[in-house]
Amino acid sequence: MRADATTTRAPSISVVLVGLAAWLVPGGGHLWLGRRVKGLVFLGALVTMFVMGLALQGRLFPFEFSQPLVGLAALADLGAGLPYFVSWALDAGKGQVIAATYEYGNAFLIVAGLLNSLVVLDACDIAAGRK
Amino acid sequence: MTSHLLYMTVFAFLVSLVFAVLLKDQPREQLRFGALAFGGFMLGALALGWLMYPFPL
Repeated sequence: MRADATTTRAPSISVVLVGLAAWLVPGGGHLWLGRRVKGLVFLGALVTMFVMGLALQGRLFPFEFSQPLVGLAALADLGAGLPYFVSWALDAGKGQVIAATYEYGNAFLIVAGLLNSLVVLDACDIAAGRK
Repeated sequence: MTSHLLYMTVFAFLVSLVFAVLLKDQPREQLRFGALAFGGFMLGALALGWLMYPFPL
C-alpha cells in the first residue's frame, strides 16, 4: 500500500506561490515554471477574452449572494486575477444591459475567469510534481 | 459591429485554444484536439440555432 497516495499533505509554499502568480497573471504560473509557450498562449488568449468582454459591454458582477447566479458570476469574474482588479480600479465593466452584445460580453468575462481557474489548477499540479 | 456569428467564432476559437494547450502537450495533439473542439463548438451552436428556429421563445 502506498502511504503517500492516501496521506493528505499541506501544499508547499512554492505551490501556493505558483498558484497565486498563476491567478494574478493568466499564464504566469506556467511562465514561472518554464513552460513559456503554454504561459504565453494562456496570457494572450485569456487577456484577449477579458478585454473583449469589457469591449462588448459585459458586466463585472457584484458579490450579491442574495441573487445566487449574480454571486456565482462574480466569483467566476474574480478568477481572471489582475485584469479583474485593474478593470475594477478603472471603473470599467459597468455593463450596458441594453447593448446587443451585453450577453456576449458577460460570456467572455465569465469564461475568461473560469478558464483561468483551470489554468491555475494545472500550474499547481505541475508545481507539485503531479504532471 | 454586432455580428453574432463573428463573436461566437472568436469565442469558440479562444476557448478551444486554451483547452487544447491545457489538456495536450504535443503540438500535433494540440492541433487535433483544438480543431475538434472548435468544430464541435461551431457545429453544435449552428445545429442548436436551427433546432430552435421552429420554436421561438
